[in-house]
Amino acid sequence: MATAFSAAKFTAQPFPLNPASTTSHDSSIVFAKPTSLFLGSTRKLRLTSYSKFNLSRRSGTVDAVSDVVKQKKSKSSPSLLITKEEGLELYEDLVLGRAFEDMCAQMYYRGKMFGFVHLYNGQEAVSTGFIKLLKQQDSVVSTYRDHVHALSKGVPARAVMSELFGKTTGCCRGQGGSMHMFSREHNVLGGFAFIGEGIPVATGAAFTSKYKREVLKEADCDHVTLAFFGDGTCNNGQFFECLNMAALWKLPIVFVVENNLWAIGMSHLRATSDPHIYKKGPAFGMPGIHVDGMDVLKVREVAKEAIGRARRGEGPTLVECETYRFRGHSLADPDELRDPAEKAHYAARDPITALKKYLIENSLASEAELKTIEKKIDEVVEDAVEFADESPVPARSQLLENVFADPKGFGIGPDGRYRCEDPKFTEGTAHV
Amino acid sequence: MLAIARQRILGQSFQKIRPAVSVLRSYSSAAKQITVREALNSALDEEMSADPKVFLMGEEVGEYQGAYKITKGLLEKYGPERVLDTPITEAGFTGIGVGAAYYGLKPVVEFMTFNFSMQAIDHIINSAAKSNYMSAGQISVPIVFRGPNGAAAGVGAQHSQCYASWYASCPGLKVLSPYNSEDARGLLKAAIRDPDPVVFLENELLYGESFPVSDEVLDSSFCIPIGKAKIEREGKDVTITAFSKMVGYALKAAEILEKDGIYAEVINLRSIRPLDRSTINASVRKTNRLVTVEEGFPQHGVGAEICASVVEESFAYLDAPVERIAGADVPMPYAANLERMAVPQIEDIVRAARRACYRSVPLAAAA
Repeated sequence: MATAFSAAKFTAQPFPLNPASTTSHDSSIVFAKPTSLFLGSTRKLRLTSYSKFNLSRRSGTVDAVSDVVKQKKSKSSPSLLITKEEGLELYEDLVLGRAFEDMCAQMYYRGKMFGFVHLYNGQEAVSTGFIKLLKQQDSVVSTYRDHVHALSKGVPARAVMSELFGKTTGCCRGQGGSMHMFSREHNVLGGFAFIGEGIPVATGAAFTSKYKREVLKEADCDHVTLAFFGDGTCNNGQFFECLNMAALWKLPIVFVVENNLWAIGMSHLRATSDPHIYKKGPAFGMPGIHVDGMDVLKVREVAKEAIGRARRGEGPTLVECETYRFRGHSLADPDELRDPAEKAHYAARDPITALKKYLIENSLASEAELKTIEKKIDEVVEDAVEFADESPVPARSQLLENVFADPKGFGIGPDGRYRCEDPKFTEGTAHV
Repeated sequence: MLAIARQRILGQSFQKIRPAVSVLRSYSSAAKQITVREALNSALDEEMSADPKVFLMGEEVGEYQGAYKITKGLLEKYGPERVLDTPITEAGFTGIGVGAAYYGLKPVVEFMTFNFSMQAIDHIINSAAKSNYMSAGQISVPIVFRGPNGAAAGVGAQHSQCYASWYASCPGLKVLSPYNSEDARGLLKAAIRDPDPVVFLENELLYGESFPVSDEVLDSSFCIPIGKAKIEREGKDVTITAFSKMVGYALKAAEILEKDGIYAEVINLRSIRPLDRSTINASVRKTNRLVTVEEGFPQHGVGAEICASVVEESFAYLDAPVERIAGADVPMPYAANLERMAVPQIEDIVRAARRACYRSVPLAAAA
């Protein structure tokens, strides 16, 4: 297995040390020759019809994607990547993410939400592009910036909003909060506050999927796990440990890096010796791909390939999505260190406007249809707020609930049921 | 009696841009008020200027001016070689700090909250705390680990744990927890000068509170002895021990109890390890009743250790069982009303003190 990264010819340019002068990042998917190996081949950047002609300063080379995607692309250049239904579905999800987060900001400043709230504005393309390709049984593991991941995966907006308000009808009954969104039904495994904490958890979920197929003989179990995390996390030890094990055991996982260049106030370039995160994949024996995370269609193409790989049992993939958060790290972050020129640059590449333009130019949808969707989403979000407002706060008795799965903490008896359910069990005796 | 000026405390203090107060100016007036944030900032500033071996390391301590603005202005003053912004690698940079301390430098490692120290706890315990012992005194580790500890407001289970009892159970570590500005200044300066590893547990909600300080506190050579508690308020009926934010609550509870004719003695522990057992025992021998207050989880907490110490040394002097007030035995919930129930409030302390004095209210009112 070719894990050695052949000495590559890089077209790398020197990195600007001043983070503020980082320019555009229109990198696109690059395709290998059909005969070359998946790993270890490098090509110069080639640009697709969507992106502007601006060689990125940040990414010199990009690793290859498979032949399947290449053939699809090379058929007819202006071939459409999505059908009308898919387009509308993507648009609706993007708008839901944006509208929801904007409403969160409003509610926070009105005092309905409290604590730490981290908003996802600007990064919607990554969530929509990846999660809309998943089945219900596939899992998503995220960080504290998890509202939109939960929404894309199918958790109702009402449940998320109630959770943020701290009401008992929230998806975690008000016990988790903004940073800890869990849903068994939709397989959203959190919601972790600690950087890097979700990655081993996601790797474990992928391990379970493989185990079910191979050990428990559920032959059709092909569940995939997506782990979302940021650029700051890529310097953390847990990230590298999991890349190693996922590649070693060929786990069905996709590591999605949402590289928005900033970890609170620490620029990615100031914190990382080699800022090309996708390059760290091949070092562990998995493909590393770099994609423009502001364009939902590009993300979707890469996601299809990566998720397909995982489903077929070919192992993990590391996908670095260049994206940007329009707001600060959290609602309490004054956001003083980011250059306004950088912010303006990315605001011009808003994923929602880009998709809207694509849909209209390619006659997939009319303005009116898109407006209808926007109105519908506005109503959904308003309804979520009303629902959350009217929901009750948790009862006093809820404080001590859910600490253990076992109701009284006495364990399981020889008959396989909880001991406390056995009428003959008395707490005081040592002999049962 | 301390007059505590209440300031509007935000859940996070990012928006508080306070001008760095220079404490080296001399004042002829009496009590000056400084916030705990200013106290910590001035202590770091003075220790860094006095000793070039002292340096800071942590996430966002430099350009961001500190996640809670404690290290504001220090990057401009001392440069990036002495104020290091680290990547998000707690295990890595804690280990680097310990290694630097082995070779005689004096790092001050900041954890954005002590919850994140769990990613680095192997280095704190195994590399720092145990080294002097394992090397038979050849390698001492003059390092300080500091950061906010305990519950903030609405930040959820993973950001709200109190680590005082975890670190205090480990021999080889000194564990300090200041309450007011005087404590903050004096204890941090003592910690930085100390040749052993010190875990310095601050409290995020206290950063913005102002306390009066005397000129002696503002002097650059001021420091407080480690291992000595302070009697914040004298009394004769019941002893209340507390540390960090709970000292403020205990003082308010004492005022309420005074109206009922119960005079409570409030002890500010300041130092969790070494614990000032002699002060606590002397106080209990005087009042004969004890209430311990802490924010952390009850089992194996600081209060448990104090209770055991008092039972061992002053059993004959106790007129009532020791009352333990601690946080609820659950991970911190997010919902605001549940969070209020999960952390001790002033009423809980008052109720416990009355129980210790009269035994008229049944024990342990369940939620």
